[in-house]
Amino acid sequence: MAENGKNDGSAPAINGRAYPIEDHAYDVVVIGAGGAGLRAVVGCSEAGLRTACITKVFPTRSHTVAAQGGIAAALGNMGEDDWRWHMYDTVKGSDWLGDQDAIEYMCRNAPDAVYELEHWGLPFSRREDGKIYQRPFGGMTTHYGKGTAQRTCAAADRTGHAMLHTMYGQALRHSTEFFIEYFAIDLIVDDEGRCRGVVALNLEDGSIHRFSAQMTVIATGGYGRTYASCTGAHTQTGDGNAMVLRAGLPLQDMEFVQFHPTGVYGAGVLITEGARGEGAYLVNSEGERFMERYAPSAKDLASRDVVSRAMTIEIREGRGVGPKKDHIFLHLDHLDPQILAERLPGITESARIFAGVDLTRDPVPILPTVHYNMGGIATNYHGEALTKKNGNSDTVVPGMMALGEAACVSVHGANRLGSNSLIDLVVFGRAAAHRCAEILAPNDKHPELPKDSADRPLSRLDKFRHASGGTPTAQLRNKMQHVMQNNCAVFRTGEVLEEGSQLIHQVFNGIDDLRVSDRSLIWNSDLVETLEFANLIEQAVVTMDSAVNRTESRGAHAREDFPDRDDQNWMKHTLSWLDLATGKVTIDYRPVHTYTLTNDVAYIEPKKRVY
Amino acid sequence: MVQFTLPKNSKITEGKTWPRPVGARSQREYRIYRWNPEDGRNPRVDTYYVDTGDCGPMVLDALIWIKNNVDATLTFRRSCREGICGSCSMNIDGTNTLACTKAMSDIGGPIRIYPLPHLPVVKDLVPDLTNFYAQHASIQPWLQTVSPTPQKEWKQSHEDRQKLDGLYECILCACCSTACPSYWWNSERFLGPAALLQAHRFIMDSRDEATGQRLDNLEDPFRLYRCHTIMNCTKACPKHLNPAKAIAEIKRMLVERQV
Repeated sequence: MAENGKNDGSAPAINGRAYPIEDHAYDVVVIGAGGAGLRAVVGCSEAGLRTACITKVFPTRSHTVAAQGGIAAALGNMGEDDWRWHMYDTVKGSDWLGDQDAIEYMCRNAPDAVYELEHWGLPFSRREDGKIYQRPFGGMTTHYGKGTAQRTCAAADRTGHAMLHTMYGQALRHSTEFFIEYFAIDLIVDDEGRCRGVVALNLEDGSIHRFSAQMTVIATGGYGRTYASCTGAHTQTGDGNAMVLRAGLPLQDMEFVQFHPTGVYGAGVLITEGARGEGAYLVNSEGERFMERYAPSAKDLASRDVVSRAMTIEIREGRGVGPKKDHIFLHLDHLDPQILAERLPGITESARIFAGVDLTRDPVPILPTVHYNMGGIATNYHGEALTKKNGNSDTVVPGMMALGEAACVSVHGANRLGSNSLIDLVVFGRAAAHRCAEILAPNDKHPELPKDSADRPLSRLDKFRHASGGTPTAQLRNKMQHVMQNNCAVFRTGEVLEEGSQLIHQVFNGIDDLRVSDRSLIWNSDLVETLEFANLIEQAVVTMDSAVNRTESRGAHAREDFPDRDDQNWMKHTLSWLDLATGKVTIDYRPVHTYTLTNDVAYIEPKKRVY
Repeated sequence: MVQFTLPKNSKITEGKTWPRPVGARSQREYRIYRWNPEDGRNPRVDTYYVDTGDCGPMVLDALIWIKNNVDATLTFRRSCREGICGSCSMNIDGTNTLACTKAMSDIGGPIRIYPLPHLPVVKDLVPDLTNFYAQHASIQPWLQTVSPTPQKEWKQSHEDRQKLDGLYECILCACCSTACPSYWWNSERFLGPAALLQAHRFIMDSRDEATGQRLDNLEDPFRLYRCHTIMNCTKACPKHLNPAKAIAEIKRMLVERQV
């Protein structure tokens, strides 16, 4: 064990206190143990690579566990289906901001990925003939938009739970080395720009661990907690995204934040889109099934951005329900109680606990709620992280991969379709493992880490651990969450966003005045929440400023001052860098990949997006 | 005469009473177990008052409210806040349950919160679950097959799939195992209800082909048979699962294969 402050090349003592550092070396280090992280871990282990998985929560507590409705794959168990139709739906859902090579890769590999999960033991719901049950989901069609597809493979309404526990079992089968309740502080990036590993804090005893890796895989999830009300977990703080920003690399398409139409009013917990897949519908205060007006053909099963906007308009125009007319009702009371018990038991319970509603009798009060970040770390379809360098916007960042919600492959473009995230996790988790097997030699010798590799993470840790300003973390976090909620919502205008930008930069500047009360090293959750807040605010700033910058409406980014999609000027990915000292966001662009991977399918030309 | 003394730091002392919220119309009293391994002091019970008008309805909301507004050092695990991740299991009002799905209105009087019982405490409400996780791993919670893997899915009838209902939904919160007196006494050798429920989940899976080995692994006076049908597990389960029944089923199968 090295100790900093000693003359052995490790970090100097900071603030008069030395942190002991324990060194580890692996072929692959995966940060995050959700669906994507675990799939990559299993794949890398199978390939004979020495793999470690660092996670700040026990694997089965990762937020994949809360996914409800299902995982999309054109198995065709419920009727005719074709991965090309799935691809068409995904491209249309993305409002043509998705990269079509990556979308093709995902959709054509989806069935195999689902069969693999089934072979691993995932307890999918079944049809009478023993095949996997599939339900309809928003935006999923057959024959390129003509019919309704039943493509979403489900384990009742607990698909994510079933999937995560199944994958954790596989990780155990491969004797994966987990570092559980370790919080990743910062990446190690050398002078050539190669990612060399990560420095993490062991919560249990406060020790510092430096991981050297040939490949560092970031699978840290989204950053829903930048908002006051979100369906995501308290731990959903996008730590990997922020580490990438601090490494001087850009994030992509951060302005695209998905609002799920059906979060429980007040509590914000999720009611799956699968409810509407099974026949539930939305009504306004006049008892009208208003989605028929907004999406005559798909109705309640239109894409999430479309439904969330329709609901917001209904509420704005005074047709919201409840005493304040500020939410909408979701009806399931017409459904057969047996269907509810068998296919939607989880939300039946959630509605009872969090809304006090018996689904078989009464509607659930719901509201569009922040749910998913389409943006993240730009990658190619192998999972390799990308940046723009010397004009080449597909420059691979050596030693770094990103997966799942942390990544922006981009298969979801400007708006993700329901049940496409779980398939994203496993398809690209698998792809990343294949790529690692292809380009890494097991047990290859690691070049020496940069001498100052622990300096930056340790000074960051120390700064926050001893932060003694006037603002408790919770207070500043609350401010950030309300700015995002008010100024970067379902509908946006230049004016509101400009104001939001000013306000969010104020919050960013407030970080120097933070106060942490807990100075201990063992399970210091005050410190962890502060590190997480610091991660969140960096992403909030980038999200807001990217939203100010994009003067068009596309997918989840709906600008009332620019109501139309502008393919001429804006069919491109936003790349945003953050200057940490000043909070200044620098924006550049990457072209959307307007080509497919193979000749099996043609490029899908942009057209008007109508459901 | 033999004299028994408890370890020095096992005696819980009266802790600090934190100030009441100013201007709160309604408030609830919380009495919460605190222990910080770094301060060398005995565990204590701190008293907090939560402004219920400024706080969500669940016990977890109150804990977060305290952490945000009164005492940032209060330490507990939490994540999904909707009863699916299993992080915030603790002993509330004398019962092991999830703080996120336990409404404070369901509890009368001061709300008393302790860590899950009979586990080493890391800090405050955070217990050490290492042994619990190792026991879960020991039942090999993955599908085991010998038949050649089909191209598509393993077929499983609707009825066979229904046999997994009530088993696969476990969230590994450890409420059941740490409510079991047998587990308190023999947690190093008795697998406990959570691990046994998962063992049963794989035994019952029509796709699994390792039932014999799984049963062999369980046929042990301690691993399985320390269950004395006390039923605390079933009573505690916040997901309304029935580990006691699953254990009884395993025992029945072990008897059946002998006759």
